[in-house]
Amino acid sequence: MTAIADRIAADIAANDVVLFMKGTPVFPQCGFSAAVVQILTEEGVKFQAYDVLKDPELRDGIKVFSNWPTIPQVYVKGEFIGGCDILREMHANGELKALLAEKGIVTAAV
Amino acid sequence: MPMPAHEIEALIKAAFPDAEVTISALADDNDHWQAVVKSAAFQGKSRVAQHQMVYAALNGKMGGELHALMLQTMAK
Repeated sequence: MTAIADRIAADIAANDVVLFMKGTPVFPQCGFSAAVVQILTEEGVKFQAYDVLKDPELRDGIKVFSNWPTIPQVYVKGEFIGGCDILREMHANGELKALLAEKGIVTAAV
Repeated sequence: MPMPAHEIEALIKAAFPDAEVTISALADDNDHWQAVVKSAAFQGKSRVAQHQMVYAALNGKMGGELHALMLQTMAK
């Protein structure tokens, strides 16, 4: 594995829910990233966010790592769950809530 | 660079000849699209795998030339 892939693997292993996004949760720089921040917030889940705009190596590296061409990307317990469209669909039909429960991730009602 | 809807549809249909493809505009700029793709090829695949199949059909244009494609896939 490359150094960036090692780093990504370590990051998604160290945190239950990881979001690779453009900008920060407080200042998302893209509508899709903002939408995912909102979904995770509504699910009441704590997540670790990484801003790919501040890190060109991560921006390219995560696309290769996930075999996924766009950002945002969400990982839960080390597993790639999807980007904005998938998260939106799973949030709307309750699958995301079920997944978080199944993985034993603590959520707070919002 | 914008990518017209018929081009997106043609690439998807080339990869999944049985697909029902519905493309609509998210913004009126030829650059933000929404696509619903139904194909038997998606049966038994995870959502991530289904989307990866569509992205593969778009020949690497997704995330580059094609800026935004809101995607929904389903097996038929």
